Amino acid sequence: MSNRKLISGNRAVAEAVRLSEVNVVSAYPISPQTPIVEYISEYIADGKLKAQFIQAESEFGAMAACIGASAVGARVFTATCSQGLALMHELNYVAAGLRLPIVMAVTNRRLSQPLGMWCDHSDAMGERDSGWLQLYVESCQEVLDTIIQAFKIAESKNVLLPIMVCLDGFILSHTSEVVDIPELEDVRKFLPPYEPDPKYHTLLDVNVPMAAGGGCPPAYAMEFDYKKFEAQIQAKEVIKKVDEEFAELFGRRYGLVEAYQCEDAEIILVAMGTIVSTAKEVVDVLRDQGLPVGVLKIRSYRPFPKNEILKAISNAKVLAIVNRAISYGVGAPLYSDIAATTCNASHQPILLNFIAGIGGRDVTPKDIMTIFEKAKKTAETGKIESDVEWIGLNRTLVGG
Amino acid sequence: MSKPYWTKENFPISPTIRNPGGSLAFKAGMWRMMRPVIDPNKCTRCGICETFCPDMAISKLNDGSFNINLDYCKGCGICANECPVKAIQMVKEGRE
Amino acid sequence: MSPESIIVSGHRACPGCGPILALKYVFNTLGKNTIAHIATGCMQVSLMGGGAFPGGEFPLLIPALHTAFETSGAVISGMDAGLKALGKRDGINLVAIAGDGGTADIGIQTLSGAIERGHDFIYICYDNEAYMNTGNQRSGTTTLFAATTTTPVGKVKRGEYHLPLKLKKDMPAIIAAHGAPYVATASIAYPTDLIKKVKKAIEIRGPRYIHVHAPCPYGWGFPEDKTIEVARLAVQTGCWILYEIENGKLNVTLKVTKRKTVKEYLMIQKRFNHLTEEEIAKIQELVDRNLMEFGLA
Repeated sequence: MSNRKLISGNRAVAEAVRLSEVNVVSAYPISPQTPIVEYISEYIADGKLKAQFIQAESEFGAMAACIGASAVGARVFTATCSQGLALMHELNYVAAGLRLPIVMAVTNRRLSQPLGMWCDHSDAMGERDSGWLQLYVESCQEVLDTIIQAFKIAESKNVLLPIMVCLDGFILSHTSEVVDIPELEDVRKFLPPYEPDPKYHTLLDVNVPMAAGGGCPPAYAMEFDYKKFEAQIQAKEVIKKVDEEFAELFGRRYGLVEAYQCEDAEIILVAMGTIVSTAKEVVDVLRDQGLPVGVLKIRSYRPFPKNEILKAISNAKVLAIVNRAISYGVGAPLYSDIAATTCNASHQPILLNFIAGIGGRDVTPKDIMTIFEKAKKTAETGKIESDVEWIGLNRTLVGG
Repeated sequence: MSKPYWTKENFPISPTIRNPGGSLAFKAGMWRMMRPVIDPNKCTRCGICETFCPDMAISKLNDGSFNINLDYCKGCGICANECPVKAIQMVKEGRE
Repeated sequence: MSPESIIVSGHRACPGCGPILALKYVFNTLGKNTIAHIATGCMQVSLMGGGAFPGGEFPLLIPALHTAFETSGAVISGMDAGLKALGKRDGINLVAIAGDGGTADIGIQTLSGAIERGHDFIYICYDNEAYMNTGNQRSGTTTLFAATTTTPVGKVKRGEYHLPLKLKKDMPAIIAAHGAPYVATASIAYPTDLIKKVKKAIEIRGPRYIHVHAPCPYGWGFPEDKTIEVARLAVQTGCWILYEIENGKLNVTLKVTKRKTVKEYLMIQKRFNHLTEEEIAKIQELVDRNLMEFGLA
């Protein structure tokens, strides 16, 4: 039984939270996430979701409240982006270090200054070393499915790390698509209740007293971080397994990556989020023209799916890596991560570094065409034009 | 000095200390420079010393008298200062 | 003292520490069905291991969480909501413990939010009037004119100089202004009064705030055996008033009969050694004005 409805990405998040039967939501409003907390508040007010809602007085208050609730054994959710995510930064490391399976929706929006409402990945990139898992989605259906999966992934005993599901701000959060909304009974078959064990989890239970997070001498800090690192590596298998279980019940699967037309592709565009959807359309057009191109969607950014990427690009000559964020002084984050993946591999395609879609600027099919053209030129000549290519940069303003 | 708490067998996933009251393994009394001595003749057994001890090092025995646990007494001297009948003297610790 | 002793020896607080005494009274009154959040500060280090101890000592017999410095109000709100959602809230005391810095400065936002939203918890602020854990830097509740490491006495500037209308930031008044059902001040020199207030707080629902004056020998500059004496002098000179505000109604719980001059309190502490007669008179003026407002002049 299912429900197909035309809903926005934000609505899809709220529906997924309702279906996941969270215990506590604590959030602070920030565009473009605000409708999420509004919808959840409505569900709670109508009794559709039996949860406690803490209207936090700031984002660090929101994350701290999530930590408190998760530490006593509740299933917790929050949402934010941009300035709010940055304000949570300190607590993000605390949540990951305490191994609390908090799920957060991030409606990617750029970080000030310059201030902008609109989408780029600079906010989530700032958290990529925090220990949080990061999944980037490209459709409203995937938003809903991934949030539900996120609880199962995070709460897995082999993971127990907080997870952020990233959806492009406004582009996905405020765009409506047809989404298949599962029934609560079916989600219950997929997602069991959260039952932490005081002997294993970080859990505050008066019957099993423990001191959590008080301090850690140098003799042990590295070992705790190592365990966190291992948990992220193990998360790769868990993400795949959860994806399979989800597919069995609901017929939809997403994986750690999606290799679209990559098997015989000479040029592969690598990207995250909605850029992938546009790129797929352009690939179809170019394929009709006989060009061997493909798109590699990175869905799981953390943990970084090294093996899956190497497998997908095994025949490619050139990778056109499109970053929706910047790493000042060096280039761009996704490019660096791909470079780290291929630098010791037996097959090493040429890597091209593209920055696009900054501050909400649309990445149009024309932009994608431009990227493929540049990549084609590199594939033919073996030459890289520049370390960083800024797609759509207005040279009349900045020169060069 | 106490032994390392986390071992291969019990290393948790997060920095959590799971032995409530385990601080008893640390004999903080080693910090002491002065030692309190209760004069049983002057002591009225009012219990004020026990109340004001920050280290829970003073306790009432079965016979009603008060005992200072030198394993944990840091020698701060609050008990001596607060004793209403000055029954506690602070004596220098170490070799006489 | 309650028979349930839930704080034991072997903790690493300084000899003669005031705050640990405050927590001894509070914890032993709250009993075993308590979950605590302890903000960064002296007590977090003393009770939960600030990284100095490979032995992993833990002097409490109840679960305690430390997250960060500013988070007390928010974490306790989360615990309150989490336990409520799980149907496990009844019969458990939630207590948030923070120093003056973690309450009046960095922690004021989350505390204000938690109180305003009406969460069910007890908040204990142990006030040693500076950031003592990091070595005595001034905080919002540092008394006027006091010398601290960030307000030292030098050739050009001499000690702490904040707004001259108040002796120190009045946190209890701020919390009372929120409309919290129970707000109280206490002192480690008057444990019966403090214990009575904690017992009262346990029976009340909603946010309950107790601000405990807890001198620090090393920061304030007095011998470590005089901690209780200094705390007592603060009350006897009127520098610290013991009261409670229950549902908006003020009740002074200790009326000092033979009030001493502030000089007796100030001169016993090295942090006030540099005070001129003028400055002492100023403090006396502020104390007298405050006493008048409380109807205690």
